[in-house]
Amino acid sequence: MSQSSTITPNEKSDIRKEVAQHVSNWKGEEGNLIMILHAIQNQHGYVPREVAMELSREVGVTLGRIYEVLTFYHYFKLVPPGKHNISVCLGTACYLKGAPALINEVKSQLKVEEGGTTEDHEFHLDVVRCIGCCGMAPAMTVDGRTCGKVKPEDISKIIAETKSA
Amino acid sequence: MIKAKINNIDIEVPEGTTILDAARKVQVKIPTLCKHKDLLPTAACGLCIVKLKNSPKLPRACATPIENGMEITTHDSELFEVRKSVLELILSNHPNECVTCGRNGTCELQDLAADFSIREDKIKRFVRDIPIDNSNGSIVIDFRKCVKCGRCIEVCQDIQNVWALSFLERGINTRMAPAGDISLKDSPCVKCGQCSAHCPTGAIIENDETETVWKALRDENKYCTVQIAPSVRVALGEAFGYPPGTNLTKKIYTAMRRLGFKAVFDTNFSADLTIMEEASEFVERFAHGKGALPLITSCCPAWTDFMEKMHPDFIDNFSSAKSPQQMLGVMAKTYFAEKMKIDPAKIYQVSIMPCTAKKYELERTDEMHASGFMDVDVALTTRELARMIKQSGVDFNELPDGEPDSILGEYTGAGTIFGATGGVMEAAIRTAYNFVTGKNMPAFNVEAVRGMKGVKEAELEVAGHKIRVAVAHGLANVEHVLNKVREAKKAGKELPYHFIEVMACPGGCIGGGGQPYGTDDDLRMKRAKGLYNEDGEMKIRCSHDNPEIKRIYADFLGKPLSGKAHDLLHTHYKARPIYQR
Amino acid sequence: MKNWIRVGCDTGGIAAGADKVISALEAEKASQKLDVKIVRVGSLGLSFADPLVEVGAEGMPTVLYGNVNEVSAKAIATDHLGKKKLVEDCVVASRKRGTAIAQKVAYILVKDTASSGGDKTEYIQTSIVDELKRQGVEGVQVVRMLDAGIYDRGIVVQVLPSEVTYVDVKASDIARIVTETVKGAKVVKEILFSEADKQIRVVLRNCGIIDPENIDDYIAQKGYEALKKCFAIKPEGVIEEMKTSGLRGRGGAGFPTWLKWKLTREVQNPEKFVICNADEGDPGAFMDRSVLESDPHSVLEGMLIAAYTMGASMGYFYIRAEYPCAIARVEKAIAQARERGLLGDNIMGSGFSFNAKVRLGAGAFVCGEETALIASIEGKRGSPTPRPPFPSVKGLFGKSTAINNVETLASVPAIINMGGAEYSKHGTDKSKGTKVFAVTGKVKNAQLVEVPMGTTLHDVIYKICGGVQDAKPIKAVQTGGPSGGVIPEQHLDTPISYENLQQLGSIMGSGGMLVMDKNDCMVDVTKFYLKFCVDESCGKCAPCRVGGFQLLQLLEKISKGRGSLEDIEMIRKICVAMQKASLCGLGQTAPNPVLSTLRYFESEYKAYIDGGAVYARKMAKILAGEAPSPAAPAATNK
Ligand SMILES: Cc1cc2nc3c(=O)[nH]c(=O)nc-3n(C[C@H](O)[C@H](O)[C@H](O)COP(=O)(O)O)c2cc1C
Ligand code: SF4
Ligand code: SF4
Ligand code: SF4
Ligand code: SF4
Ligand code: SF4
Ligand code: SF4
Ligand code: SF4
Ligand code: FES
Ligand code: FES
Ligand code: FES
Repeated sequence: MSQSSTITPNEKSDIRKEVAQHVSNWKGEEGNLIMILHAIQNQHGYVPREVAMELSREVGVTLGRIYEVLTFYHYFKLVPPGKHNISVCLGTACYLKGAPALINEVKSQLKVEEGGTTEDHEFHLDVVRCIGCCGMAPAMTVDGRTCGKVKPEDISKIIAETKSA
Repeated sequence: MIKAKINNIDIEVPEGTTILDAARKVQVKIPTLCKHKDLLPTAACGLCIVKLKNSPKLPRACATPIENGMEITTHDSELFEVRKSVLELILSNHPNECVTCGRNGTCELQDLAADFSIREDKIKRFVRDIPIDNSNGSIVIDFRKCVKCGRCIEVCQDIQNVWALSFLERGINTRMAPAGDISLKDSPCVKCGQCSAHCPTGAIIENDETETVWKALRDENKYCTVQIAPSVRVALGEAFGYPPGTNLTKKIYTAMRRLGFKAVFDTNFSADLTIMEEASEFVERFAHGKGALPLITSCCPAWTDFMEKMHPDFIDNFSSAKSPQQMLGVMAKTYFAEKMKIDPAKIYQVSIMPCTAKKYELERTDEMHASGFMDVDVALTTRELARMIKQSGVDFNELPDGEPDSILGEYTGAGTIFGATGGVMEAAIRTAYNFVTGKNMPAFNVEAVRGMKGVKEAELEVAGHKIRVAVAHGLANVEHVLNKVREAKKAGKELPYHFIEVMACPGGCIGGGGQPYGTDDDLRMKRAKGLYNEDGEMKIRCSHDNPEIKRIYADFLGKPLSGKAHDLLHTHYKARPIYQR
Repeated sequence: MKNWIRVGCDTGGIAAGADKVISALEAEKASQKLDVKIVRVGSLGLSFADPLVEVGAEGMPTVLYGNVNEVSAKAIATDHLGKKKLVEDCVVASRKRGTAIAQKVAYILVKDTASSGGDKTEYIQTSIVDELKRQGVEGVQVVRMLDAGIYDRGIVVQVLPSEVTYVDVKASDIARIVTETVKGAKVVKEILFSEADKQIRVVLRNCGIIDPENIDDYIAQKGYEALKKCFAIKPEGVIEEMKTSGLRGRGGAGFPTWLKWKLTREVQNPEKFVICNADEGDPGAFMDRSVLESDPHSVLEGMLIAAYTMGASMGYFYIRAEYPCAIARVEKAIAQARERGLLGDNIMGSGFSFNAKVRLGAGAFVCGEETALIASIEGKRGSPTPRPPFPSVKGLFGKSTAINNVETLASVPAIINMGGAEYSKHGTDKSKGTKVFAVTGKVKNAQLVEVPMGTTLHDVIYKICGGVQDAKPIKAVQTGGPSGGVIPEQHLDTPISYENLQQLGSIMGSGGMLVMDKNDCMVDVTKFYLKFCVDESCGKCAPCRVGGFQLLQLLEKISKGRGSLEDIEMIRKICVAMQKASLCGLGQTAPNPVLSTLRYFESEYKAYIDGGAVYARKMAKILAGEAPSPAAPAATNK
């Protein structure tokens, strides 16, 4: 995932090529915007403004529409995520089984807000709704790896392991 | 036809009629906040809910077509309570700032609060603090006052196709914002002001410059002059209780003098001047093959801005003639100054426009300083003028008639109709006909280009030539017309049009973004009628027959498209980025 | 090949370590040169025991293992396959129960299911071993089970392969079991557990059995036969069959499926679309995900049948982006079906042409609402629009569109295969067939269950899922997720149906079922659900956008001990405004949890109001797990 938040002018032509590629994958498909945005986010970890503008030119969708969509859907990010992503499940089962305490623990240990990234860009904290492991509630994922039946005491270990991994 | 009952009153309406419109037919008024007559329902506010017999659902009257056999209740105690609760909720998310608000007294939300006897803040107020955007000089957005009705966005995206505004985020954080979350100045906004005209609240208002004008009027070193645009005269009255469309030109002249303006001009005069230049241009291009066809009108600054941003491939097709506002400004600071022996540096030129984009036009390019000074110093909208008159202590309704200053004041019917969609085209045709044939048209009215249809097309016979014209108003209608031209060009076929008129605002300037509130097609038609009536009653109905116009060419400009005319009355266009960021 | 191992590789299974289990199995297979086929299947349903492994070895009964790790995986390979010995503490008993001993007893499974008292499993195991020895029986292995599928019935014993099951087994019964059952091949009637399994698998029929990534596995289970049958009976016949079945939409609203199809069929439109609504945004619900991950072809076949019936030419799967595994499997299923000519032009020579595509959500619950879903596929904000026009008239890209839920579509091929009449034998008068629920929360065994409509909530929670965790008293069950409401203990005997749940102030919803014990705070749970709706409100209409937010503020105020009785009045008022004036289902139903907890548990709200900040602080500590829970105030019966 990309760490840089600004894109230099000589990267412009790369952007152009990249967007053209994504667009050509979805050419002729009505209503392809969200799928293209998914592809862009998969590549960068977020949707950089420059790429959105290029996309606007390339597919003839106004930047207004693109931002309407980007800011509506929680899945899309406008700023680069952290190096490591922690998602704590706040689905019903996890909530009832102690997810709020986990979130508080992560927040206080990393000094990060929900949906925010630590100052050193190491960690990003998200709160998600049901990751499909209710049987293991409360659950969280760290860089895609699922941890089940987590207790607040486990958090410091999980963070340390992630840092060293 | 659909037969149904509203509050036990039998009705019969055409299929597709909404419950809201059907109710109006039987004098039942259902409260609304988000619905505007110009626009498709956004169904956002929830105030217009009604009851149906045998259904637990409460449909929205604004968005629900009436069906055969429906029995509708629009008012009962339950509906009242629910509506009141919804209104209280909306107000709980709105600043309580009526006394300092630009819409105080003309606000739809304020009216509803009054009508529903809302007397206290029962729900704790929560207003997200978002700074005001006054970056573009034409309109000012106070996001806190936005009730998320979506009207502005619908206008900007669907009617104007500009996409300068959109909703961002969601839930309680939903906010109306310039597209791409930038400042309005950096957005594609073309300053048409339609958003402000359609907003029910004070969230979008014109940039109020009345204070600046008062300062100038009080400044003894300044010689303040004023011009009044065609469409202002048939709309201003609405702010003083006159029926829409009442032509108050002469009262306005008097009011201007009472406000302290030393000279009162009429933009109708310079509209005639614009026609002289533009019709000449057309004849050059059409009859002599000098320059690109179709010729496209350029007196609407929102349209020129739009074209420079979205359709720069048509720059060569634009008429280089300046708009009447700018022509009058430059004439005032050159010709008038010379004649009256006034130091043009002292002249302070104010224009009264139906339009927020005219504020932007003042500094559009360096050519707006053709006189050596800023040709027009301030542009006020009709709404601002109404307020100035009220501030001044002038009892407008009782004023006697007055006259303009003759030198830049006399006008023809052609100048008047500039204010309505199709008017520029009609006026230009009257003069072009004369330039081509040497004779005036047998009948002046060109009905084919009048009316509120979004795109009007016609083929006119001028001395054996067939001239194909198109008139579009509401910027979303432009694309269709331009694409037809593009396609023909690409296929190497004959051009579909020779002459195109575009006005950004639906209805043209009579429906301008700075006009009194409440504009809908009904009102547009009434205002347009006011203009066409004046035209019909005028002795002189062609720009080239205006004696003052003849004089200005004889005394000062030479002939249309002369070198001097070019320096003073013409301008250029360039491609501009859609987004500054 | 005669030996097989199925490993549950749905999201839950993978998260719990199914991949590691497979690697361990593969390694053993290689090193021991085992003759076994290892298959990745979808969800086996029993989430609480993930990862799950099912083993079919020649000459042995099929056995399901739960909570498998690398160590037990190795044991499965070595002991089960190698030595025909079952692995201790891992077996999950079969939910099918036998009534006669047809085959010689080879294994005896034991488990103490009593919720109180010490666990006597090991003691009983030793006793049976001793008894077998005493009576000279050899070749029978006695194994401790992980889960018996029967709860609170004391010692449960199951003998394999006949699956005869005994409950409330006393030490004194052991001798009889050995003499009569093991030696005499007879059933001990007095302790026989003869209750039929409460579950019926219609929707989940193939889940955990077939490899979801292999179309042949599906075809082997009568896959795509229903479609062929539909081509024969023609659209009218399909509608008739669906009508007979009585199937109602499983996405929440319960609209009769046949009627939706009929209405869409009748619309004159040259182009029509079918959309499979796989947005499953309800937090804590995972029915649709499991079906897509475990049996995607049945949903695709359902979609094909729907499309054929209505005359649609294109289908969209709208799947939440948070379900990568489901997305991958649906895409694979589509590709495979296309390869086999089950998608494309002139399918099976019927003259019917159809294609399907996947479109992803992007994290917006409201996109489960039909008009919002359509907007989302069109590349717009997922804001609902007023109906009419209904999607059946003017839907996706302005074309006539029918939207069906995953579970609805997955039921369709089963219905066609068994016949509508057969399907309608399950369920109640107005709610036919079976329904899948995801039971979570303070339940002992969180899992996916499929039961006929009309099963009581009590049976689902106690008979199938083992009751409340740590044997605490139950307080209430929330059905319908954030759009639903709580059903207090005293109403748990209600048979599940659309109408019954509604009458109790809740809804069927998509099938989330959350169990709450006596220590859970209803104000807190309500706040949780409401916060969900507030976060997920699209923000378009004022009643929902502002109403939900203000409602949440008031609940916060109360839960901080700063509330007053007037606040409760205001809460009710805002709830009514939201219900009546919100544009879409989200806002209209968001107040349900509030109103239903006020209906049954107003005393808990009042406790916060009366107890003020002191009480609030105390409760906050308890909820954070920093203080032991007291007896919460009792429900206000109504
Ligand atoms: C806010 C909201 C969310 C919804 N979410 C879903 C969903 O995730 N899955 C679903 O199948 N239906 C959902 N629905 C119901 C659908 O709008 C629709 O009724 C259903 O998909 C129709 O399919 P069915 O007839 O097969 O049930 C939701 C409705 C609302 C109002
Ligand atoms: S927008 Fe209307 S209600 Fe709001 S402060 Fe202004 S006048 Fe008052
Ligand atoms: S309306 Fe009421 S609040 Fe507003 S200025 Fe008058 S007295 Fe004051
Ligand atoms: S002024 Fe016109 S272009 Fe600018 S935001 Fe308003 S409607 Fe859009
Ligand atoms: S700014 Fe005005 S028109 Fe636009 S959404 Fe807000 S209240 Fe409505
Ligand atoms: S038409 Fe518009 S721009 Fe032209 S003179 Fe009239 S008000 Fe001014
Ligand atoms: S149509 Fe008239 S009022 Fe509207 S933007 Fe153009 S010049 Fe201004
Ligand atoms: S009820 Fe809520 S989710 Fe539905 S349209 Fe209104 S704001 Fe959006
Ligand atoms: S609620 Fe957390 S995994 Fe389902
Ligand atoms: S006027 Fe109908 S919802 Fe606002
Ligand atoms: S902003 Fe476009 S209409 Fe108000």
